[in-house]
Formats: sequence, C-alpha cells, structure tokens
Amino acid sequence: MPEQFIFGIEVFLNGLMAGVLYALVALGFVLIYKASGIFNYAQGVMALFAAMTLVGIMDGQVPFSHLINAIFGTDVHHFGWHLPGLVGILLTMLVMIALALIVQKVIFKHLVGQEPIILFMATIGLAYFMEGLGDLMWGADIKKLNVGLPQGINIWIDETTYNIFDYGFFIDNLDIVATIIAVILVAVLVAFSQYTKQGRAMRAVADDHQAALSVGVSLNFIWIMVWSVAGFVALVAGVVWGTKSGVQFSLSLIALKALPVLMLGGFTSIPGAIVGGLIIGVGEKLFEFAIGPLIGGATENWFAYVLALIFLVFRPQGLFGEKIIERV
Amino acid sequence: MKKTFITAAVAGLLAAAPAMAELTFTALSYRTGPYAANGIPFADGYQDYFTLLNERDGGIGGEKVNLLECETGYNTEKGVECYEATKGQGALVYQPLSTGITYQLIPKATADGIPVHSMGYGRTSAKNGEVFRNIFNYPANYWDGASVAIKHLLDVNDGSLEGKKIALVYHNSAYGKEPIRTLEEAAKKHGFELSLLPVDHPGQEQKSQWLQIRREKPDFVLMWGWGVMNQVAIQEAVNIRFPMENFIGIWWSGSENDVLPAGDKANGYKALTFHNVGMDFPVFDDIQKHVVDSGKAAGAGDQIGTALYNRGLYAAMLAAEAAKTAQEIHGVAAITPAQMRDGMENLVIDEPKMASLGLPGFGPSFSVSCQNHGGDGMVAVSQWDASAKSWGLITEFAQSDQDILNPLIDEDSAAFAAENAITPGCN
Repeated sequence: MPEQFIFGIEVFLNGLMAGVLYALVALGFVLIYKASGIFNYAQGVMALFAAMTLVGIMDGQVPFSHLINAIFGTDVHHFGWHLPGLVGILLTMLVMIALALIVQKVIFKHLVGQEPIILFMATIGLAYFMEGLGDLMWGADIKKLNVGLPQGINIWIDETTYNIFDYGFFIDNLDIVATIIAVILVAVLVAFSQYTKQGRAMRAVADDHQAALSVGVSLNFIWIMVWSVAGFVALVAGVVWGTKSGVQFSLSLIALKALPVLMLGGFTSIPGAIVGGLIIGVGEKLFEFAIGPLIGGATENWFAYVLALIFLVFRPQGLFGEKIIERV
Repeated sequence: MKKTFITAAVAGLLAAAPAMAELTFTALSYRTGPYAANGIPFADGYQDYFTLLNERDGGIGGEKVNLLECETGYNTEKGVECYEATKGQGALVYQPLSTGITYQLIPKATADGIPVHSMGYGRTSAKNGEVFRNIFNYPANYWDGASVAIKHLLDVNDGSLEGKKIALVYHNSAYGKEPIRTLEEAAKKHGFELSLLPVDHPGQEQKSQWLQIRREKPDFVLMWGWGVMNQVAIQEAVNIRFPMENFIGIWWSGSENDVLPAGDKANGYKALTFHNVGMDFPVFDDIQKHVVDSGKAAGAGDQIGTALYNRGLYAAMLAAEAAKTAQEIHGVAAITPAQMRDGMENLVIDEPKMASLGLPGFGPSFSVSCQNHGGDGMVAVSQWDASAKSWGLITEFAQSDQDILNPLIDEDSAAFAAENAITPGCN
C-alpha cells in the first residue's frame, strides 16, 4: 500500500477525533439556540469559566483571594483540601446551575420578546463580564487540570496498525475518551429531549414560545434548564480541552472552532453538530495534509470556514438545520 | 469657598507630582487577556525592580522613579493608545512588550525623540543603530536566538549537523517567521535539512503539525511559539514521544507556564535565554526585604523568581543602568528622553557592574554603541527539571554566528532606510 495513503488514513482518523472535540463545543451553542433562539457568544467563555472553577474547587483555591487579601490585608489562598475529580465536577455543575439562574434572572428575563440581535449583544456583554469574573475569582495563571483522563499515544492502536501497515498510527488516548464522552453526551441529550417531560417542554418552547406558554410551560424554568445543560456541555468541553492545553484564557477561543461546525451542521440540530464537527475535522486535516505543504501550511483555520461556506451556499440552514419558511 | 479650597488643593497636588517623581519609566504591560499569564510575571518583575530602587536607594541618582503602567492586553491598537496617552508625561523609554506594538512605535517614537527598548523581540534589524536611531534591542534578538540554537545543536552533535533534519514549529505571524532567514542560511552553511511547520493563532490545535513531525522524524525541533501554542506543542511532543532534550524553544517558549501543564513528561525540554534563571542572586534578598516585606510587591507577589519575572527585572535593571549612564554623561539627575537615548547608546554592562547590582552572572557582558543597538548576541540554553519544577542553565552565554547575521541585518536595515528615506549615520 502506498505510504502516502497509509499516512492519509492516519490523518483521516485524527481528523475524526478533532471533529469530535469541535462538536463538543458546538453542542452548547446548539442547545441554547434551539430552545431560545439566542446565539450564545459566551459559550466559549463558559467552557473557560467552568474549567477554571473545576480546577479551583479541586485544588481548594479560595475564590477572589487576591481581592480579599487586598481589601482586608489577609493572606488566604487555599482551603487546604484537594478533592477528587468527580466531586469537583459535581460541585462545578452546581456553580454552572447557579450561573444559569443568575443569567436568566438578571439578564434574559428582562429581554423576553426582544430582537435576536439584542439577545446576541447581551451574550457578548456576558462573555466579557465572565472573562473578568473568572480572572478575578481564580487568577490568570495557567492551571494544570487532572481529572484522570488518559493522554498520549494509544499503544494498542500503534502496535496493531504497525503489524498491518508496517507503520503505527498515532491516536491520542484523550481523543478516544473525548469521543466516548461525546457519544454518551449526545445520546443522553437526545433521550432527554425526546423522552422526558422537561425535554418535550424544551422542544415546545423552541417551536413556539407563545404556544408553549399558553399550555402552561414555564418559559423561565425552561431557559434556566437549557442554560444549565449548556453549562454542563461547556464543562465537558472545558475538561477535555483544558486537559489538552492547561486551563487558561485561550480556552475561550475554542468557540472559533465551533463556528464553522455550526454553519455546516445547522444551529438547531444536535446530530448536525456532531456530523458537522466530523466533516470539518476530517476536511481541514486532509486539506492540510494534501495541499498544506504546497501552499505554505497553516491552512486549517481558514479552510474550515471555506468548507462551511461551500455547504452554506447549497444549504443555508446547514446540513441538519430546519428549513426557514417565512410566509407573507 | 470649600469648593475653591478643594480645587486649589487638587491643583497643588497635580503640580507637585512631577517634583516628587522625576524619572518616568513606562511599562506597556498586559495583565488581562489571552496572554495575561505571561504578561503578569514580566510586569511584576519590571515594577518590583523600580520599587526596590526607590525604597533602597531613593531612586536613581537621587531622583525617585515614577513607573507608568498602561494595560495593552497584548493588543497593538491599545499599545499605541497607551503610547499616545503617556508620552506627554515625560516617559524616558518605552518597553512595548510586543513585536506588533514595537513595529507601530518605531516611526512614532523616532519622530518624538523617545527611545524604545524591545528586549528580545521586535524588529531584529533595529540592531543597526545608524538606521534605527531610537530603537534598541539589546542584549539579544531572534536571529541571535536561532543562531545560538544551531550552535548548541552543533555542540551536542560533535560539531556537525550534516544530513540532520531540523523542524521549526512557529507561530504563523511576523514574530514566528523571524528566525526563518537565519535558519535557512545556517542550513546552507551546516548542511542540515530545514522543514517549516507554521501553526495558526492561537495554536490550540496542532495535530497536523505533530503528525507530520512523527512521520518525517526530524532529529531536532525548534519552536517560536507564544501563549497556548507553547503548552499544546509541548504536550503534543510528549504524546508522540519526541525526545524532550531535542526540542528547543525560543525564550518566549521557555516559561514555567509552558512546561507545567505537561507535568513530569516535559522534563528535559530546552529553552533559549539571554538572562539567568532562578532566585540564587543577592538582589532577591533585597527585593524580599525592601519590596515584599514592606507590602509593596507588584501584583499578587507570587511570581518572584519565575523565568518571565526575571526577564522583567532584567529589563528594568538595564533601563535603570542606562538612566545612570545618561546622568553621568550629561551631569544632570533629571534627564530627558533624548539624554536617556544617549545613556542607552553608551551603556556598558560588565560582570563587576552586575555583581555590584546583586546580579552576578545574571546576564552576559555587552556594550552598546551607535552602530550596534543590539549588544553582542549572547544567548544561553536552559533546561527544565520537572521534578524540581525549575529551569537551569546548561550552557554559558555564547555568541551568535556574526558571519551569518551581520549581512542579514545590513540588508534588512538598508531596505528600511531606503523605504523611509533615512540616511544612515550617527549624527
């Protein structure tokens, strides 16, 4: 088998894995857009905030310690505990639910019925506020996140492919775990929206706010729930990406990776986010592999958007998005 | 009456302010934004050194130091705004702390007659002081870094890189592309094969580049990275089991922030540096006594002794020594920016001076002149010890290959002079 073809298979597999990571971020956008029509600019910052909170809680860091020490002249930094990852994740989830509650009560409750652009602008404000809040609570240093996820080359795949192709494929254990997590997450989200009372209410709100209100669905409750679920998805994305690069401010920029996925997969489809992620991941990696060296490399960022634009021309609503029909 | 009194009091305070702080230094820092984790330690080191001079020595030459810190968020536009907002306050020298901001300030500061010190960043050919009259980039620049990296690889390969493969993983920006010319020239001279692997900003996803490295099996990897790109690259190198001792980063890829996320497996990673590392220098005792213990440490006071804190401290020390030189040349304590420029152009740093400052062996000896605003290009290699969580120098400060670099600097600075109708010279 030609060497380049074997390398291409390895690149393809790694593209699939990268796509899953992009899809994890895109899922949060989809959930909120589907239920409330809000394009949540703050989704990337939510992932950062969740990951910072997780590390802070696990390491027993005193939130706002720099501020407290500056005001009161104290010298407190740590509570002195170190919590296991699972406990940290559960406590962080409680923080994300509290955040959802505050976001709904303080911001979006007052913006019901406003134009989508107003809601979008509100999420921009929320993003910048949360960036500052995260820094103030937990500090700007780069934090190591260790919740026990494995990292590094998968030896079994390396050896098995070596025996077949005389070349061992590189697949990162973290990517494999992320894929499993994403599959479980999507299955749970789909089951939740299809088979639970709250899930059906969420879909009703997504279809028509007024109609849902008229049959007794609480818009307030549904939006809090959706922001909480999006917070959970942000936490999962933050854990995976934070394990990869350390928890730091740049985590908020992973949202840039989700945008072409959303353009391609549609803003309202959970399976669309996954399929879109896979197409973007594979497409950008194969393009970089095959064409990148001929044109100087570093093609992935822009090629993802070109790919999404091509799809957009033929299906403006995205691959799985709902077709927009407006009657006059 | 009360209002008049308050107005008079405020006016009196404002009028009195310059008299209380005669020497104004400016730090264009970034304590917020994506690169805050790197900006904070540098800014803390820069500030703490001037605080030390004020507290211990009463300032520089009897004049207190006034440090103006302006937040840029590592954003070029904000950096220029900071410059415009502070230049009228008597700033003696600017440390832009960003290659992008430096490029913007080169014409502005030159026109305003204010010197700029882009230490270890910015436009490399600014070393030619006959063209870049107000810009200084001592003690070393990116081309020096690239050259000394190759020199180190020659040392560990018995003097020959013939037939070896070296890959450069770089931030796909003007900064990241800086070493390419030097490395291409070095490849011709030493017979190694150079491959270039650009990484787009911010660099969170580098799988393609590291799969390519795994396929092509270069003997050594050099990195010109910044921010999250560094942490991801080191982690990916760990993932593909690339030998860490064969992986060398430029000084902006050599902080604790870059290696700690990868844990023990980052052990052995190397980084170039133009100053020493750690806290084993007498000046740190003084900082503890006069700055930390008196509650005047910058920021949270938790960065002292880190690689980037030391760089900020070193930059402040060089600024202070240039101010002292200017005071000696002109015989006045309250110097002007033009006099500060003279001080920078006549700066001599030698070991006795470093020892007297409590910094023996902290940096290389070098001198600045009209022709040479970049020092002697002395760079050392440091290595990360993951178990001790500390950097250590593994080489002496070595000079870059001037045979390769000088023609490149002459060529680039001549092009700049032609574009900007500058007649090179020292008058």
